Amino acid sequence: MSPAGQDVWVHVEHLKGRVAGHTYELLGKGREIADALAGRLIAVLVGSGVRPLAETLAADGVLYVEDAGLAEYTPGSHAAVMRALVEKEAPRAVLFGATSMGMDLASVLAAALERPLIVNCVNLQVRDGRTVATCQMCGGKLLCEAEASGPVVVTVMPGSFPAEAGLAKSPPPVEAVPMPATLETVGMRAIRLLEPEPGDVDITKSAVLVAVGRGIQRQDNIPLAEELAGALGGTVCASRPVVDQGWLPMSRQVGKSGMMVKPKLYLALGISGAPEHAEGMKDSDLIIAVNSDAKAPIFDIADYGIVIDMYDLLPALTQALQGRKA
Amino acid sequence: MNITVLLSMVPDLVEELEIDASGAALDTQWLRYVISESDDHALEQALLLKDRHGASVSVMALDYGDADQVLFAALARGADEAVKLTGIPEAGLGKRAAAATFKEALGGIRTDLILTGVQAIDDLDAHVAGMLGGMMALPYVGVTRSVEPSGEGKVLVQKEYPGGAAAEIEVTLPAVIGVLSAPQPPRYVPVARIREVMKTRTLDEREAVPATVPAEPAIIRLFKPESAEHAQMLDGSPEELAEQIVKILEDRGLAP
Amino acid sequence: MTPMRELNWNIAEHKLIYAVFLPFLIVFLWGVFVTMRRWLLGRPDPRWDRLWERLVGVVAQAGVQFRILREAYAGVLHATLSWGFFVLLAATCLVLLQEYLGLPTLQGPFYLYFMSLVVDLFGVLALVGTGMALLRRWVLKPKRLVEPRGSDGYSVLLVLIFVILASGFVVEGLRIVATRDPWGAWSPGGWLFAQAFLGMPQEGLERLHRISWWGHAVAAFAFIAYLPFSRAMHILVAPLSIFFRSLEPLGRLPAGGGAGAEGPGASSLRQLTWKHLLDLDACTECGRCQAACPAWLSGAPLSPKGLVLDLRDHLRARLGHSNGGRAMVGDVITREVIWSCFTCGACHEMCPVYIEPVPKIVEMRRFLTSQGDVDATLQDTLTATSRYGNSLGQSPRARARWTQGLDVTIKDIRRERARYLWFVGDYASYDPAARDATRAAARVLHRAGVDFGILYDGESGSGNDARRVGEEGLFEMLVEKNLATMRGCEFDEIMTTDPHTYNTLKNEYPRFGATWPVVHYSEVLDRLVQPDGVRLTRKLSRRVTYHDPCYLGRYNGVFDAPRRVLRALGAELVEMPRNRRSSYCCGAGGGRIWMKEAAGIKERPAESRVREAAALDAVGTLVVACPKEMAMFRDAVKTTGLEDRLVIKDLAELVEEATTLEVSGHA
Repeated sequence: MSPAGQDVWVHVEHLKGRVAGHTYELLGKGREIADALAGRLIAVLVGSGVRPLAETLAADGVLYVEDAGLAEYTPGSHAAVMRALVEKEAPRAVLFGATSMGMDLASVLAAALERPLIVNCVNLQVRDGRTVATCQMCGGKLLCEAEASGPVVVTVMPGSFPAEAGLAKSPPPVEAVPMPATLETVGMRAIRLLEPEPGDVDITKSAVLVAVGRGIQRQDNIPLAEELAGALGGTVCASRPVVDQGWLPMSRQVGKSGMMVKPKLYLALGISGAPEHAEGMKDSDLIIAVNSDAKAPIFDIADYGIVIDMYDLLPALTQALQGRKA
Repeated sequence: MNITVLLSMVPDLVEELEIDASGAALDTQWLRYVISESDDHALEQALLLKDRHGASVSVMALDYGDADQVLFAALARGADEAVKLTGIPEAGLGKRAAAATFKEALGGIRTDLILTGVQAIDDLDAHVAGMLGGMMALPYVGVTRSVEPSGEGKVLVQKEYPGGAAAEIEVTLPAVIGVLSAPQPPRYVPVARIREVMKTRTLDEREAVPATVPAEPAIIRLFKPESAEHAQMLDGSPEELAEQIVKILEDRGLAP
Repeated sequence: MTPMRELNWNIAEHKLIYAVFLPFLIVFLWGVFVTMRRWLLGRPDPRWDRLWERLVGVVAQAGVQFRILREAYAGVLHATLSWGFFVLLAATCLVLLQEYLGLPTLQGPFYLYFMSLVVDLFGVLALVGTGMALLRRWVLKPKRLVEPRGSDGYSVLLVLIFVILASGFVVEGLRIVATRDPWGAWSPGGWLFAQAFLGMPQEGLERLHRISWWGHAVAAFAFIAYLPFSRAMHILVAPLSIFFRSLEPLGRLPAGGGAGAEGPGASSLRQLTWKHLLDLDACTECGRCQAACPAWLSGAPLSPKGLVLDLRDHLRARLGHSNGGRAMVGDVITREVIWSCFTCGACHEMCPVYIEPVPKIVEMRRFLTSQGDVDATLQDTLTATSRYGNSLGQSPRARARWTQGLDVTIKDIRRERARYLWFVGDYASYDPAARDATRAAARVLHRAGVDFGILYDGESGSGNDARRVGEEGLFEMLVEKNLATMRGCEFDEIMTTDPHTYNTLKNEYPRFGATWPVVHYSEVLDRLVQPDGVRLTRKLSRRVTYHDPCYLGRYNGVFDAPRRVLRALGAELVEMPRNRRSSYCCGAGGGRIWMKEAAGIKERPAESRVREAAALDAVGTLVVACPKEMAMFRDAVKTTGLEDRLVIKDLAELVEEATTLEVSGHA
C-alpha cells in the first residue's frame, strides 16, 4: 500500500440520473479533510451516460468511468471498478454514504484491499495527520471516536454535514478513465428497479408532519394523530415499526429506508429517535418531540421536548388548535 | 441449496451501556448480549428459503456471549445444524476479525449461500457480511429485503433503496448476502421447543482458526451523546403544554 | 268412600303400549348411544373424585336450578316447565307402581292430594312455562338467543310438549266427565278441560278418550325418541356435565394434552378431553355466557356460545365424515376467535350447566403458540419475557427501580428474613401507571409496621398470563426461576398486589412444590385496618365504587376484604350493577393486554366499565386492586372523556390518603 497518496476520494452515489444529496455533503467535508492532508479532493463517478452529473460536483477533479455494463447499479460491478481504481491510485481516504449502496461498496472494498473501515460517521477531521472519525454505535446511544493514521475507507451518515459546500460553482475537470475492471466475473446482474408502491400522499411535500412511532401502541390510535394533523393542516407520517405493523403505508415512512423529509414543523409523537429515523427528519426546520421516555435520543435533535404520555397531550393539543381556528 | 447463516451477538440496548475504565470499550460486566437484529432476519430468510423451496440450513456463531442460547434457539426455529467456533476471547472479536474467522471456518464447508445481517450495531466496521464478501472474493449484495431462488445456482434478491424503492438483482452462487430484513418478521419459537432442543441436540464445536487482520482503526474514546444540543424541555399540565406549543407555532407562523 | 281412580280405565288394550313404545325406545337408545360415542373421541380426563360433592351439584343445579333461577323470566319458565315435567314423570312412575307392585298410589288421600291436586297443578305450571317459552322464542326474541346464530330446534320441542301436556289434560277431562268422577275438581287442570265435554254422549266420550289416550302416549313417545336428536338432549346431558364439572379452582388450568405426535395443545377434537366434547352436547344455547362475555360485548368475534356450537357442529360433522377437511383450529374456530378471549371466566360463572370454554380456548392457544402462530405484539412480549423475565421488555436489573426515591428501605428478602415475601409482579414493578400504586402500598405497609421484603432483580414475571396465551414452556421456565430464588428465602407468606400473579402463585405454583400461603394485599390491608390495627387519621367521606378484578374475585373468591378496607376508611361504597361474581373484565386479562386489538371493536371493556362506574350517582372514584386495571381504566377515562367525572385510585392509595392526610395538613 503506497503511503504517498494523500487524496480524498468521494464516491458519487446516483440513481435514476440524479446525484444523491449526501454526496454533496461528503464533498463539502471532503474538501476540509483534503486540505488538512494537503491532498486533492476527487469525486469518483461510475456509470453509463451520467457524465453531465459531474458538473455539479465541487471537487479538484472527477474520475469518470463509463461503461454500458455499469448502467444499472449492482454492488459487484461498481465494487470491481472502485477496487481497481483505488488499488491503482491509492488515495488516502475513500468516503461513501452510509447508505444502501455505500455500505456494500465500502465494506467489500475495505476487506478486499485490507484497508481499515470506519462506518456511520457523523464527524470527520484530521488531527496530527491522522484521520479522526466520530461514529454512531449502538443505535445512537454511543458515539465512538476513532483514528486511522493511514489509508482508510469511511461511510458517513447522510445529513451529517451541510451540502452547500459540495455543490460546484463551476464544473470541475473531468478525467474519463478507461474501464479498469472486467464485469464478467462479478457474478450478478441487475434485473430491474422496483418503484415504491404509489402512496396516497407525498410526505416530502408537506410543510407540517405529525410523525408517530412505536409509542402509538395501537392502530386504533392513528386517527388521533390524524385529527391533530388535520388541525395543523399537515400530514401523518411514521417511523419504521409503525409501517412494519402495517398501520400506515410505506409511503408514509420517514428514515433510512423511507423518505427524507424537511418540513417546517416535525411533530414527533412516541418516536424514540433511532439514527435510522433521525437521518430522515433531523433537518426539519422545527422539531417538537413528545415521548414518555426522558432519555429518548429524539430529544437530542429536537428543538422542543415534552416528556409525557402522548395520549395525555394529544386531545388537549388538538382542542387548543381547533379552538384557535374557530 | 446449502445455506450457512452467520450469527453474532451484540450488546442488548435494553440495558444501560456502561463504558469501562479505559474509556474506549464497553464495560462487559454490565453487558447483556442479544442476537444482532439483522442476523435474526438473515436466519429467518434462510428458514423461509428452506420452508418454501427446500434447503439445508446451517448456523454458525463465535463462542462468546450467549452463543449457546442463540444457536439452540436457531435449531429450535428450524436450522439443521449449528456450529460453534470456540477459542474466542470473552468479549468477542472485532467485526473484521470475526469476518476473517468465519472465512476460515467456511473454508471447510460446502455452502452455496452465506447469509448474515447487513450490519451489527457494536463496532466501527459493522459490516461482517460485506467484509466477508470482499475477503472471500464472492459476489456480495447487502441491504436485502428478500432472497428467492432463481434458476440453477442463482438467487434473485431485492436490495432496498431509500423511499421504498428496491433493485432486483440476480446473483450467481456461491455468494454472500447481507440481509436487512426477511420478508416476514422472525418467527416465534416456543420455550418448550428450545428446551427440548437443548436436551436432544448438540452443537458442533470447532476450534476457531486464528485469523490475521490488518491493524484496525484505534478507538480513542467511547462516549454517550452529549446533551449540549438537547431540546428545550417544556413542562406543565397537558393544557398548559398545548398552549405553549400553540405559542411556539404562532411565533413561527406555523399555527393554522 | 275412598277417593280413587281406576287404573287404565277405558283402555282394555293398554298392554299394547309396550309394543308401541318399543320402536320409540330403540330410536331413543340409538340416539343416546351415538351421542355418547362421540365423546369417546376425546382424550381421558378422570372426573370421578368427590362423588358426593358432584351429586349435590346435580341436585342443586339440575334439580333446584339455582343458576338458572338467577334470571327471573327465563328462570321461572325453565323451572315451571322442568319441574312440571319431573312431577308428571314421577306421577307416571307412581301409576306403574300400583300396576305392577300393587302399591295403592291411586287411592286415598295420597291420590287425592298428590296424584290429583299437586300433579295437576304442576301440569298447569308446565303448560304456563311452555307458553312463556314460546312467547320468548317467537315474540320477545332476546338477542343472546339469536346472535350470533340461534337454532330453532326449541320451537318444535315446545309445540310437542304443549301437545303432550294439553292431550294429557284432555284425557283427564274426558275421564272425569265419562266416569262422573266425584273427585274431579281435585284435578283442577283436567276439571277445567272437562267443562268442554259436558253433555257429550257416553259413547262419544269413551271413544274420544281412547283416541286422546293413545295420542297422548304416542306424542310422549315421540318426544322420547326425538330427545337425543334434539335440543332436549340437554335434559340428559346437562346433569352429566354438572356432575362431571371441574371441581378444581378456575384459576388452575388443566395441564393439557401434552406433546403428542400432533404437538401440544389441541388442534383437533381428538386432543380435547371427553368432558370438553360432552360439554358441547350439554349446551342449551341459552346464551348467558355470551351476554356476560366482554369479548362479545365489545364487538370481538368471540362468543362462548358460538364457540361451543361451532365445535359441536364440527364434532357431528366429523363423525358423519362430512367436515370437508376443515381444521378445528383456523377453519372452524378462527385465530381471531381464539385470541379474543380475556379468560375472565364470566362464561364459566354464568353457565347453568358448567360448560368450560376457557380451558378449551387455552388448549387451542397452546397449539397455536407451539406453532409460533402468534400476533406480532404478542410475539414481542413472549420473546421479551423469555429474555428478560418481564413482559414489558425492560431490563431485569430495573425491576426494583420503583423503590428508588421511596423514603423507606425495602428488605431484600434474599438476604433478610421477613414475614411477607412481596411478589411484586411485572406491571406493578415496571408500568408507570401502576408504579405509583406500588409505591403507595410499600409506604402504607411500612408505616403499619408490616414486615415484608422483595426479591429485587431475583424476581421474574409469575407467568400467569404466559400460561393463558398457551406458552406453557415459558410459564414453566418462569416458575422454575422464581422457585429457585424463593426457596433460598425465609418468609411465612407470599403477598402480591397483582391478582393475576396471586392466582398462579396460589393455584398453579403448588404443582411445582410451592406450599406457601398466598395473600392479596387487600387481605393484608384488611388485617391492618381492623380496630386494633393501623390508626386511620382521617375518614374518607366520599362515595366510591369498587371494581372486582376477575382474577381476584371470580377466580379466587376475594370479594369482601377490599370492601371492608374501603368501609373502614370511611368511604361510602356504591356497587356497580355488575359486581362481585358478575364483575365485568377490564380487558387486560388472558394476555389480551399484549395483543393488537381485534378489528371492529365497538367499545373496549374498560370503556364500558368506566361508563358503568360514572353512571352511579355522585360517585367520583373508581377503586381498583390490580396494577393492570390502573393502566386500562386510566386510558379508558381519557378515551371516553370521563376524566372530569371519574378518578381511578388504587386501594393502597386510598389507605395512604386516610393515614397521611393529617400529616400533610400540618406541613
